Amino acid sequence: MTTLTQISNDTTPSGGDRPKPEWRKYFGFSHDHKVIGIQYLVTSFFFYLIGGGLAAAVRTELATPASDFVSPELYNSLFTLHGTVMIFLWIVPSTAGFINYLVPLMIGARDMAFPRLNAVAFWMLPPSGLLLMSSFFVGPASAGWTSYPPLSTMGPVAGELIWILSVLLLGTSSILGAINFIVTIWKMRVPQMGWNDMPLFCWASLATGILALVSTPVLAGALILLSFDLVVGTSFFNPTGGGDPIVYQHMFWFYSHPAVYIMILPVFGMISDIIPVHSRKAIFGYRAIAYSSIAICFLGLIVWAHHMFTSGTPPWLRMFFMFATMVIAVPTGIKVFSWVATMWGGKIQLNSAMLFAMGFVSMFVIGGISGVMLAAVPFDIHVHDTYFVVAHFHYVLFGGSVFGLYSGMYHWFPKITGRMLNEKLGKIHFALNFIGFNLTFLPMHKLGLDGMNRRIAEYDPKYATINMICSIGTLLLAVSTVPFLINAVRSWFWGDRAPANPWNGLTLEWTVSSPPPVENFAVDPIPACHPYAYGKRPASMVTSPPPTPIST
Amino acid sequence: MNVPSQVITLLFGIGLTLVSLWYGYNHHLLPIAASKEAVLIDELFNVMMVISTGIFVLVQGAILFVAFRYQREEGDETDAKYIHGNIPLEIVWTAIPSVIVLALSLYSFDVYEQIGGLNPMDHSSHQGVRQEISNKKQKMQSNGVQEAAVMNAEMPGMAMPLAADDSAVTINVSGMQFAWLFNYVGTEVTTGELHLPVGRDIILNLTAMDVLHAFWVPEFRIKQDAVPGRTIPIRISPTVEGTYPLICAELCGAYHGVMRSQVIVQSERDYNAWLSEQAVAMKEQNQDADSKNSVSTVALYPELLSDTEYLAPYAKKLGVTVDHLQAIQAQQQS
Amino acid sequence: MTTTTSTHLTTETITEHHHPHPDHRILGLYMFLIAEGMIFVGLFVAYFTFRAVAPGMQGELPKLELMLPGINTIILVSSSFVMNRGQLAIKKNDTKGLQFWFGLTALMGATFLAGQLYEYFHLEFGLKSSLFASTFYVLTGFHGLHVCFGLILTLAVLWRSRSADHYNEHSHFGVEAAEIYWHFVDVIWIVLFILLYLF
Repeated sequence: MTTLTQISNDTTPSGGDRPKPEWRKYFGFSHDHKVIGIQYLVTSFFFYLIGGGLAAAVRTELATPASDFVSPELYNSLFTLHGTVMIFLWIVPSTAGFINYLVPLMIGARDMAFPRLNAVAFWMLPPSGLLLMSSFFVGPASAGWTSYPPLSTMGPVAGELIWILSVLLLGTSSILGAINFIVTIWKMRVPQMGWNDMPLFCWASLATGILALVSTPVLAGALILLSFDLVVGTSFFNPTGGGDPIVYQHMFWFYSHPAVYIMILPVFGMISDIIPVHSRKAIFGYRAIAYSSIAICFLGLIVWAHHMFTSGTPPWLRMFFMFATMVIAVPTGIKVFSWVATMWGGKIQLNSAMLFAMGFVSMFVIGGISGVMLAAVPFDIHVHDTYFVVAHFHYVLFGGSVFGLYSGMYHWFPKITGRMLNEKLGKIHFALNFIGFNLTFLPMHKLGLDGMNRRIAEYDPKYATINMICSIGTLLLAVSTVPFLINAVRSWFWGDRAPANPWNGLTLEWTVSSPPPVENFAVDPIPACHPYAYGKRPASMVTSPPPTPIST
Repeated sequence: MNVPSQVITLLFGIGLTLVSLWYGYNHHLLPIAASKEAVLIDELFNVMMVISTGIFVLVQGAILFVAFRYQREEGDETDAKYIHGNIPLEIVWTAIPSVIVLALSLYSFDVYEQIGGLNPMDHSSHQGVRQEISNKKQKMQSNGVQEAAVMNAEMPGMAMPLAADDSAVTINVSGMQFAWLFNYVGTEVTTGELHLPVGRDIILNLTAMDVLHAFWVPEFRIKQDAVPGRTIPIRISPTVEGTYPLICAELCGAYHGVMRSQVIVQSERDYNAWLSEQAVAMKEQNQDADSKNSVSTVALYPELLSDTEYLAPYAKKLGVTVDHLQAIQAQQQS
Repeated sequence: MTTTTSTHLTTETITEHHHPHPDHRILGLYMFLIAEGMIFVGLFVAYFTFRAVAPGMQGELPKLELMLPGINTIILVSSSFVMNRGQLAIKKNDTKGLQFWFGLTALMGATFLAGQLYEYFHLEFGLKSSLFASTFYVLTGFHGLHVCFGLILTLAVLWRSRSADHYNEHSHFGVEAAEIYWHFVDVIWIVLFILLYLF
C-alpha cells in the first residue's frame, strides 16, 4: 500500500495543472519549507537586482577619474548599501532559501523542525529590506557596510539608525533560521541516515548554522552599543569621550568574518552535491569534505582580526591571526582538490549547472590564493583597503558564492518548479557572466597593488584605463542577468515539464515528484544507497532509462 | 612512441616550476620600491606569486583538462568508475598546503620583524627613549595639535609616541578630515606635505583628530591606521629620492578620495635646507599671528591660544578652512 | 514518463507510517539561548576590553553601593529555586502548586526589577556621565529587559494555567521553557554582578 502512495505522488500532475490560487501562498505566511525556500530565493534575487543596480551606479561613477556622476556623499551611500544589500539581503538569504528548500528533502523529513519560526524568519526579510531602501529618502548610511565609528556616528543619524535597525532585523532572521537548520539536521534525519550518510550540502548547512548562531549575536551587541553612541550620545566607541573605536572593529569582525563562511559554506555544499551528479562519479573524499566544513566553521571563528592588521592591534595578535588565517587554506584546499579529483575520470555533462559549478571552482581558487596572500601581514599592510582586497572578496563572494548559487539554481530549478530551464539561454548566461565577471574584477588586482585605495569617488587619472575596463565588465555583468531572468520566468510558466529526476541524482530530493508534494514524503523514505554511490549503485538503479523531459 | 607517464609528469613539473618562477619575478604589478621595507615586502610578494602561479596553473589546468577530456558521450547513461577516495593522495594534498602556509607564516613573521612591525624602535638602542619622551612632551605642550596625543600617551595600554635617538628622524603625523599635518619633532615646523631625508630611519607617530584615517604611501608599502585617541608609531626607511603620493586609505567621509598629499624624499642636505627654511617661515608666521592676536585679544602667550586660533595662520596654507578647525575643536571638547 | 526514474531510486521497503515528529522545542530554546548568551558574551568582552585599554575607563571607577544590589541578587537567585518547585509540581499534575510557585517567582522578579529601577534613580551618575556609566546602564538595562521578558513568560504560564489541564504531567512545554529562560537570565545576572559590582 505504501509503495502505491509513493507512486501516486509521482504521477500527480505537476506544474501548470495545479489549481490557480496556489500562487497566493507565496505571498502569505506559509509554513511549508518549500514555499518558504522559494520565498527566500525570489526575494533575495529581487534584492540582488537592486544591489546590482547600486553596483552599476558605483562603477559608472568610477568609469572616469573625476567625481562627476553623483555627489561624493551619495557615492559613499551607494557602496555602503551595495555591500549591505549584497551580503544581508542577497547571498545570506538565498543560501537560506536553498537550505530551507533542500535540507528537509535531502534528509527525508516532511518539514523543518520549527515551521512557524521558519516563516517568521523569512518575513523579517522583506520589511528590513524595504526599511533599508527607504533610507534613501532621509539620506542613507554612508560609512561603508563596516560602519566604523567614529565616522558612522557623525554622519546622517536617521540613515545610520535605519541601517542599524535593518541589519539587526536581518541578523535576528538569520539566527532564527540557524536554530531551525541545526535542529532539523541534527534531529530530523530518517533513522537510516547516519551522520556520514548525509548529503554534503547538509554538512555545510550545519556548519553554516553553527557559525550564524554563534557569531551573529556579537554583531547585534556591537550595533546596540553603536546605536547608543549614535542616538543618545554615549561614547563607547568615541575616543573624545573616553571610548575606543577598535573595540567596535573587533566585535564587528567577530561576526563579519564568519559571515564570509556563512555565505560560502552552503555554496561549497551545493557544489559538492552538483559535481558528482553531472560527472556521474562518486564524490572524492566524502569525509574529508564533510569534516573540512566543520574545520572551516571553527577556524572561521578565530581569524577575525586579519581585517585589522593596520588598525593598531598588538603585533603578537597580528601574528596569531596571520597563522590562523593561513591554516584555513588547508581545509579549503582539501575541498578544491577533492572536487577536481571527483571530476577526474568522470563522465561530465557540460550543462549550465555544471559550467557554473566548474566556473565556481576555478574562480574561487583565485579568491582563495589572494586570500592566503592577504593573510601575510607585511603584504596585507600594503594592500589593505585597496582594490586588491575588493578584487579578492569579489572573487570569493561573486566568483564563489554567486556562481555557486547560479549553479544551484540550474541544478534544482527542475525540482523546485517542475520545469526545465532552457539550456541554450543558460549557456549564454554563463558565458556573459564569466567574461563580465573577470573583466570587472581581474584588473582590480593590478589597481590595488599599484596604489588605488577603495571607497573613493575620484582617483588618480593614471588608473583611468583599467577602471574603464572594469566598468565595461560591469555593463556586461548587468546584461548577463537578462538571459537568466528571461529563462527563469519563461521556463517557470512555459518550460518543458521536468521529470522527477532529470539529472540522475542519488539524493532523496530526486525520489519525489517535481515539484515535490506537500509534506514531501507520504512515508518515511529509506535511502537505497549512499548519496554519491555512482558506479556502485544497486543494479535496479543503474539500468534506469535515460530521463527524457516531456515537451509541452 | 610511448613515453612513460613518469617522464611526462616530470617534464610537466619542471615546466610548471619554470613558468611560476618566471611570472613570480616578472609580474610588474607593484610600483617602484622606495624604501627598505618595500624591498623586503616585494620579495615576500614575489615568493607568494611564484607559489600562487604554480597552484593557479595546476588547478585551472586540471579543470580545463577534465572539462575537455572527460566529457560524457551522447547517450552514455552509465556511471564512471567508483572511486571514493585515495588516502595517500589526500594526505599529500593536505600536507603540502600545510607546509606551504607554515613556511609562509614564518617568512612573513621574519619580514614583519625586519620592517619593525613588532617594535619600530628595534633598529637602535632603547636607552634614553623614555627620558626623551618626557623631554619632548614638554616641548610639545606649546603645540596644541599634539596635546591630545601626548595626553593619551600617559594612558596605560596605549602605544607610546616614540622619539628616537639621533639616527632617526621623528615626525608626528595627525590626520583630520581631509588633510594630514606633519610636525617635525624638535622643530616648530608643521606642514601639510611630508618631507623625508633619504637613507635615514624615520619614525612616524600617527594619530587622528576626528575619525579613523590611514597613512599609506604605496611606494613605501607601508600603511597604518591613524586612530583618534591613540598614537601609533611606525618606522620607514626611504631609499629612493622622489615624490610619491600619500593616501588616506581608511574611509573618512565624503571627501575621503581627495585626502591625498605627497611625500618628498630628498637628500639629507636638501631636507635640512628645507627644514630650516620652514622653521624661519613658521617663526615669522607665528610672530604675525601673535602680534595680530595681541591687538585683538588679551592673550599674549601662544600657550593660551586655543587650537583654532593657534592653527588659523596655517590653515590657509594647508587648504583647511577655519570652520573646519572649529568643528574639530568642538569635537575635541565635547 | 515522469514516474520512471523515481521508482528506481526510492526505497526498498517502506513500512513506517506518517507520524508527527517528536518535540524539539526545548532543543530549539537551548539554541536560542546560545545566541542570546553570545550577545552577552560580546558585551562582557567589550566591557573587559574597555577596562583594559579605553582611556575613559582607567584609574578609579565609581564605587557602587552593594547593599541593595546584593539583596536583589539573592532575590533573583532564590527565585530560580522557587520556580523549580513549580515545575516539579506540574510534573505531579499539581496545577495549584504550579500557580503558587510561579506566582511567587513573578513577584520576586518584579521586586528585582523595582530594586533595579530604585538603584538607577539613586545613582550619582547618568547614562552619559562616563564610559563606565554607559557600560553599566547598557549591560544592566539589557539584562533588565531579559528579566522583563522572563516575567512576561512566567505571567503567560500563569494565565494559561487557569484553564484546567492546559498543563499536565505529560504536556508542559510552556512551564519548562519559562523556567529554562529564567535560569538563563539568572546565570547572566550572576556574571554581570561579579563583573560590574565586585570585580
